Amino acid sequence: MAILIAIWEAISKFEIFPAFMWPPLIIPNDPGGVTILKTFISGFTGGQLLEATYVSISRLLVGFSIAVVLGLFLGFLIYKSKLIDDTLGFFVSTLQSVPNIVWFPLALLWFGLGVESVIFIIILGATLSLTVTSSAAFKSVSPLHIRVARTMGSSGFHLFRTVILPATIPQLIAGLRVAWALAWRAVLAGELLGGSGGLGTLLDMGRSLQAMDLVFAIMIIIGVVGTIIDNFVFVKIERSVLRKWGIQTVK
Amino acid sequence: MSEPHIVFQDVHKSFEQKGSQPVIALDQVNLTINKGEFISLLGPSGCGKSTLLNIVAGLDKQTSGSITVNGQPIKGPGNDRIVVFQESGLFPWMSVLDNVMYGLLIKKVPKEEAKERAMKWLQKVHLGKFANAQPHELSGGMKQRVAIARALVMDPEILLMDEPFAALDEQTRMVLHKELEELWYETKKTIIFVTHNIREAVILSDRILLMKTRPGGVKSVFDVKAARPRQATDSVLVNLESRILVELEQEMEKILKEEFGHDYDLKKDSLRGDSDSHLGSDI
Repeated sequence: MAILIAIWEAISKFEIFPAFMWPPLIIPNDPGGVTILKTFISGFTGGQLLEATYVSISRLLVGFSIAVVLGLFLGFLIYKSKLIDDTLGFFVSTLQSVPNIVWFPLALLWFGLGVESVIFIIILGATLSLTVTSSAAFKSVSPLHIRVARTMGSSGFHLFRTVILPATIPQLIAGLRVAWALAWRAVLAGELLGGSGGLGTLLDMGRSLQAMDLVFAIMIIIGVVGTIIDNFVFVKIERSVLRKWGIQTVK
Repeated sequence: MSEPHIVFQDVHKSFEQKGSQPVIALDQVNLTINKGEFISLLGPSGCGKSTLLNIVAGLDKQTSGSITVNGQPIKGPGNDRIVVFQESGLFPWMSVLDNVMYGLLIKKVPKEEAKERAMKWLQKVHLGKFANAQPHELSGGMKQRVAIARALVMDPEILLMDEPFAALDEQTRMVLHKELEELWYETKKTIIFVTHNIREAVILSDRILLMKTRPGGVKSVFDVKAARPRQATDSVLVNLESRILVELEQEMEKILKEEFGHDYDLKKDSLRGDSDSHLGSDI
């Protein structure tokens, strides 16, 4: 890490690239000049970065929550009905291979320039991925568990709630992790193109102002947010579930 | 004690197969099982014994004929008939206690009472200490005990057991035979026990149905008239075991001939080892 920072600073100091393209990370090139660290801190104290981060994350949460509900529902329908599997299931896996940002021009046309378009592509991307993983997970529930539950008198929604859903939790968590990463990408791509506030829009502003210090500061935030959620939310839940089930001993 | 409990009349079951004749799993089964009887279905794989059990459980449906329990036809699964499967099928996301309570909560038994009853049954199968363990922490035999407790806590009239001890080692199986015999003696449940192990069937049952294949059905019925608690060395049982083996061999021969072609011949006595055929040849 320290070596990487040193190399970065060196490139900046020897002005291999002009300063606006390759701003220094910590030590300013001329007294009082811009650094990425300074922009980063002032962005937080001034509230500009903090607010943009908040906007992006709250969009992510809204879109992702809707996508989880929709994805599980569609996944369940595909699991339940052979007909829906052959029709919708095929359709979904085709759509899934289309990068979700491709939908953005269409979203702009339908919903206009704004939050709705961004949320639309978040939902689209995460839902398709979750539909595929959840239907595969439901299909892999052990028939033995279902028979045990049925012989005890469970059926219908009770069977789903107490057996099918908990039985698929390990796979669903893995699926949520993938969908979450897709959703986070969709947020930024949407904001970058849609200009409706948030980190993506700020990034685009940085580009047009040729303020690479701002661009880099935002890239750092994007990476850090992604890592925090992945490591502290998903990996933690995954580990505790696997330990409880005895699938994997703790590393 | 000879009150009829489960009555089969001309029960027929066939499975459709793509592009060929339907397979007849059960053909014209007529049978009466009495209250409190321990009955074993014995036979090679593919003889329809599990199919028969699944139909009683309500997990499968006969093609024609009727099966009644206490005079009522079977309509789907019900908690008066609980199945114990070959693999315990415990839910790995629940603790052992929650697994045993699962069925009681479906029956809308209040949580406190369900907990109490579940604990009582766990103690009966000697697993009271493991109530808060997760299923993966238990051995195969312990898991199967939990499965039995989970079934009996429901207080079903009929206990259906589908090769419940087949995946266990011999020692564990012997211990569980004893425990099952005691539990059955205490609760007086009607038990239908599916197995391919002759000794197991002989030790546990009041009556043994030897099943046949192609078409599947009941080949012959053996009454086990030995005192309980049973000893494996009881001469009545040893005698019966070899009688059943002779009939089972005929059935095996039929299957092997079909699988390997008609030139295959399962030599008589070859299953019983060479030391026997050697006897007396030196005199």
